[in-house]
Amino acid sequence: MSSTRTGTLDDLKSVAPISRSKLSFALGDVVFKFTALFFALVVLMLLAGIIYMLVQGSLPAFQAFGLGFITSDEWDPVKEVYGAWPSLAGTLVAALIAMLIGLPLSFGIAIFITEMAPQWLKRPVGTAVELLAAIPSIIYGMWGLFFFAPFFAAYIQPGLVATLGPLPIFGTLFQMPTLGGSSGVSVLTAGIVLSIMIVPFMASVMRDVFEIVPGALKESAYAMGATTWEVVWNVVLPFTKTGVVGGIMLGLGRAIGETMAVTFIIGNASQLGSSLLEPGTTIAAKLANEFNEADGLQMDSLIAMGLILFVITFIVLMLSKLMLMRLAATQEGKKT
Amino acid sequence: MNLYARRKLINTFNMTASVLTTLVGLAFLSWILIVLIAKGVGAINWTIFTEMTPPPGSAGGLANALIGSLMITLAAVVIGTPIGIMAGTYLAEYGKQSMFAETVRTINDILLSAPSIIIGVFVYTLMVAPMGHFSGWAGAVALAIIVIPVVLRTTENMLMLVPTQMREAAAALGAPQWMVIMSVVYKAAIAGMVTGVVLAIARITGETAPLLFTALNNQFWSTDMNGAMANLPVVIFQFAMSPYDDWRELAWAAALLITALVLGMNILARSLLRGHKQG
Repeated sequence: MSSTRTGTLDDLKSVAPISRSKLSFALGDVVFKFTALFFALVVLMLLAGIIYMLVQGSLPAFQAFGLGFITSDEWDPVKEVYGAWPSLAGTLVAALIAMLIGLPLSFGIAIFITEMAPQWLKRPVGTAVELLAAIPSIIYGMWGLFFFAPFFAAYIQPGLVATLGPLPIFGTLFQMPTLGGSSGVSVLTAGIVLSIMIVPFMASVMRDVFEIVPGALKESAYAMGATTWEVVWNVVLPFTKTGVVGGIMLGLGRAIGETMAVTFIIGNASQLGSSLLEPGTTIAAKLANEFNEADGLQMDSLIAMGLILFVITFIVLMLSKLMLMRLAATQEGKKT
Repeated sequence: MNLYARRKLINTFNMTASVLTTLVGLAFLSWILIVLIAKGVGAINWTIFTEMTPPPGSAGGLANALIGSLMITLAAVVIGTPIGIMAGTYLAEYGKQSMFAETVRTINDILLSAPSIIIGVFVYTLMVAPMGHFSGWAGAVALAIIVIPVVLRTTENMLMLVPTQMREAAAALGAPQWMVIMSVVYKAAIAGMVTGVVLAIARITGETAPLLFTALNNQFWSTDMNGAMANLPVVIFQFAMSPYDDWRELAWAAALLITALVLGMNILARSLLRGHKQG
C-alpha cells in the first residue's frame, strides 16, 4: 500500500500530475474489477467443469447399458456388467434413516437453544453442537466402526430384532443378519451415525430461522395463555416453515453425499439385503472402495454413479436454497 | 383430564423431549472425544514426528504423512484463497444483486455442500488420468476447490458488514474504487476474512475423500508434489481399516492429532470473529 502512496506523491512533482494519476487510477479500477469478475467466473466454470467431466466420463457406461444402468442390480467386473441400483438404493435408505432420526434431534436442539435455554447456556450449547459438524468425517468412521457399531450390536440390535422383528411386513426390515451381525456393521448403524453428522447442519439453520421470529408475535401468543410448545408449534413453525424445510434439505444433501464415515460402517456389501441390519453400500462408499482399482468400463460406470450422486445432491441443494430464499423474501416483504 | 391439564402435559412432555435431544447430541460429542483421547493419547509419542509410516507389523511414525498433509494443505490454501477472496469481493462490491452475482452465489452454495468425493472424481478425470499418475498437486487442487466456496462466502459476508459510509468517505477523498476496497474495506473486514481462511483450513485438514483419488498415499518420505504423497487422512483410512495393531494404533494417534487441530482452528476462528464484532 505504501508504494502507491509514494507513487502519488511523486506524481505531484511531475509535469502533468493530475492526468497521470487519473490514468493510473482509472486503469487500476479496470484491472481490479476485471480480476474480481474473472475469479467470480472461475466459480461458475468450476461447476460447469465438474458437470462436463462427469457427463463425459460416464457416457461409455450409459452407451453400454442405457438407462437400465440405474435400475440394474448386477455388478460383475468379470462379465463387465454393471448397474447402480444397490448403491443408489443404499444411498437413499441410509439418508432416509438419517433424516428420520436426525430431524427430531435437530428440531429439539433448535427449540432448546432458542426457546428454553437461559442466556448463559445458549452460546456454549450452540458451539458444542457446531463442533459436531467440525469433527472430520473419517473420525466418525473410526468411532462408528470400532465403538458405536459393536455397542449397537451388543445392546440395541437384539432388542430391535426381538420387538420389531416379529411384526408383519415391517418386521422384515429388522431380521437378524445372516452372518450373525456381531460387528454391528449395517445400513442401519450407518444411517444412525449419518444422523449425528447432519444434526449440526439442520439444527443451526433451524436455530437461525427460529431467531428471526419477531418477539412481539411470540409474546402475543404467550399473552393469550399459550404454552411454550403451543407457541413453537402454532407461531414459530408456521412463520419459519420454508426456512426449516430448507435446513432439512441441506441436511439431506449432506447425508446423501457423505463418504468416509459410511465407507467405514456400512460394510460395503455388493447387494442390498432386505433387512436394515444387513450390510449394504452407498454410491459414495462404492466410489471410495473401487475407484482406484477400476479401469475401462468399470471406471466409466463408477463415474456414471458419481454423476447420479451429483445430480441428486444438486437437486436437493437447489430446493434447499429456493426454500431459504423464499423465507428471506417474505421477511423482506414484512419489513417494508 | 381437563383441557388445561392436557395442554400442560403436552407442553411438559415436548419440552422434556427437547432437553433430552440436546443431551443426546452432547452425549455423542463427548463419546467421540473421549474415545479419541483414550485411544489417541497413549499412541502419541515423539517417534510419530520423526519416523516414516511403517510396513505392516512394525512400529513407526507419521513424519511423511505430516509433511505431505502440510504441503498439500498449504498449496490448496495458496491456490484457493485468492480466488475465493477476489470472487467474494466481486459479489459484495461490484455484482451486488445482479443476475450474474445471484447465479454465482447459488453455484457457490452448491459447491459448498457438494459431496467431496465428487470433487475427487472430478480432479481425477481432470489431472490424474491425463497425467497418468497420482500427485500432490492434484490433491492440492481438489482441496482448493473446497477452500474456494468457504472463503468466498465469508469474504462476501464480511465485506457486506462494512458500512457504506466508509466507502463513501474514502471515495469523497478521491480514492478510486480499487483503492477504497484494498485499503479501507479490506482493512475493516480483515478479521472476518482471516476467519474464513482459518475455517477453510479446518475444513480441508480432515478431508479424506478428495485425496483418495488424487494424492493417494506414499509409504516413503516425499516432498515431490508431482508424485503420490502421503497425507494424514488417507493414512488414517488405510491404517484404521487394516487388521494390524501397529497400524491401527498409528491411525488413532493421527485421528487425535487431526481432530485436535480442526477443533482448535474452529475455536480460534470463533474467537477471532467475536473480537471483531466487539471492536
